[in-house]
Amino acid sequence: MAKRIDATDVTAYYGGFKAIENINLTVEPKTVTALIGPSGCGKSTFLRSINRMHEVLPGARVEGSLTIDGQDVYDRDVDVTAVRRMIGMVFQRPNPFPTMSIFENVVAGLRLNGVRKKSILDEAAEKALRAANLWDEVKDRLGKPGAGLSGGQQQRLCIARTIAVEPQVVLMDEPCSALDPISTLAIEDLMFQLKDKFTIIIVTHNMQQAARVSDRTAFFSIEKTGDPGRLIEYDNTQKIFSNPSQKKTEDYITGRFG
Amino acid sequence: MTTTLTPRRSRPPAQPDSLRAKRLPGYAAPALAVLALLVSAGLVYGVDLGGPVLVVVLGALLYLAGLFAAANAVEGRRSARNRFWSALIHSALVLAVLPLASVVWTLFSKGTARLDGDFFGSSMNNIGARDANGGAYHAIVGTLEQVGIATAITVPLGVLCAIYIVEYGRGRFAFTIRFFVDVMTGIPSIVTGLFVLAFWVLIVSPWFNDGQPGFSGFAAALALSVLMLPTVVRSTEEMLRLVPAPLREGAYALGVPKWKTILRVVLPTALPGIVTGIMLSIARAAGETAPVLLVAGGGAAINFNPFENNQSSLALFVYQQAGEASKYSPARAWTAALTLVVLVLVLTVAAKLLARRNRLGR
Ligand SMILES: Nc1ncnc2c1ncn2[C@@H]1O[C@H](COP(=O)(O)OP(=O)(O)OP(=O)(O)O)[C@@H](O)[C@H]1O
Ligand SMILES: [Mg+2]
Repeated sequence: MAKRIDATDVTAYYGGFKAIENINLTVEPKTVTALIGPSGCGKSTFLRSINRMHEVLPGARVEGSLTIDGQDVYDRDVDVTAVRRMIGMVFQRPNPFPTMSIFENVVAGLRLNGVRKKSILDEAAEKALRAANLWDEVKDRLGKPGAGLSGGQQQRLCIARTIAVEPQVVLMDEPCSALDPISTLAIEDLMFQLKDKFTIIIVTHNMQQAARVSDRTAFFSIEKTGDPGRLIEYDNTQKIFSNPSQKKTEDYITGRFG
Repeated sequence: MTTTLTPRRSRPPAQPDSLRAKRLPGYAAPALAVLALLVSAGLVYGVDLGGPVLVVVLGALLYLAGLFAAANAVEGRRSARNRFWSALIHSALVLAVLPLASVVWTLFSKGTARLDGDFFGSSMNNIGARDANGGAYHAIVGTLEQVGIATAITVPLGVLCAIYIVEYGRGRFAFTIRFFVDVMTGIPSIVTGLFVLAFWVLIVSPWFNDGQPGFSGFAAALALSVLMLPTVVRSTEEMLRLVPAPLREGAYALGVPKWKTILRVVLPTALPGIVTGIMLSIARAAGETAPVLLVAGGGAAINFNPFENNQSSLALFVYQQAGEASKYSPARAWTAALTLVVLVLVLTVAAKLLARRNRLGR
């Protein structure tokens, strides 16, 4: 049930500021796609416009068309919550719910969408926590506050929270930037597992990570500050990292720019 | 790095040779304080100008100056400034606590005289100027009912209004509401009393009261509610704004609808602060006299029905007893004041405990 995502001429604004312009890109089902590029080039903005999180900010809007398996997520009669249930998201900074325990955090998506049965919740929580490589660390204190975990643990908690609702597409905005190498490997393993069933898009600043986990890589960049971000090159990861067709991509990857 | 600040020094401060610094001995500050007081007493009584208050004020000033001078001589300028300002801040604390402590002490020393069963078990019905007994039972009932009803009206209304302003309100309409809530904050209580008197008691209530204006505890509750509303709205609003946006986004990203996000994520996060705001407004309402006098009329007898006939309240009771021409009434007024303060205190502590219980950390 993995989904295919088509972005056509996607342009996103923050008020009067155009953050990304005319992004065209197709994400195949059951793949991992990496978005790379210098800071401020609009990777997060593009990611957030896929599950309609961009419009949450006042004054922010998206133009162009974004379809998931042929359905435009920006259609007028589309239910935003349905879009977001189908497309889960892990944020750049961990944001566990401070009033909820670890357990409640993990099952928040299920519970707040009406799942009551304790056995289902227990099972989902353990599964998600194991997948996020957090289970062993928290299994004895599931009732403790989620905010009492370390930064890296909180991020894994948020990953567990996202995959507990089993979305079709998982968007990850630098999910590993606060993690140690072992947890990072665990998350990368998790991506390999998830890709059997789901579509994954990940933003990363770590070239090795992009090369390791992704099938396709999109390189975003900006001309100069104040300009909108553009998609420079989008190709198989192997191609991008060994023989990119654009000079800019090569410069960025080899560390000569960005 | 270019800075626009003009640097005070052209060179960075010299590196110290040693990490140790000369310090005034621990007994220096208290010794200085005693010395300052003695000198000040000697001066004041020497020239025979003023009493103990002047001694303390002059002593404090002398202490500040002496401390600065001593620290400047021994520890250096930066440390002297530090000592001076900390001493000033501590004096401000003492100044702020003094009146508070004085109020509490007066309340307890004068309010305990009538702290007996009679006071809490009987009303002022048929109590004349020469009767030593009589109590505030009717006033306690009145306060509890009026404040209870006012809270029941205000809290849902105020919290919903704040949620609208913060989460849904866009553009002019929300701005207008905020503006009028701000204006409401400044309305004196006597004006809300007059408003309810004119609107509810004189115009609305005659319809179901055989054409007679109906004074009642409910009318007082309405007036208190008008007073409480802006406090509840504004404090709830501020608390909701403090809830970080990433929390809301985290819930949205799980496919949780907006209303459920507000109910299950935003409100619980802001709850302790919201409760504090509500308690502040309750404390204010419980102490209001004028609206109750205007629209509930007061009354000496026990009346459990807030919708019919006059009712009193503790604040009104204090006001009436304090002005009564009887040698027994001042004691009643003090005890009623003490009761009111303790009541609000208990309510506040209970609400805080409840709000904390809801948080994690079982
Ligand atoms: N809330 C906002 N309001 C206004 N402008 C914003 C906002 N968020 C981002 N921007 C701007 O939009 C542009 C793209 O930002 P975005 O966060 O998408 O970059 P990014 O590629 O994710 O960068 P990073 O790698 O540092 O996370 C930047 O110029 C940024 O300043
Ligand atoms: Mg980003």
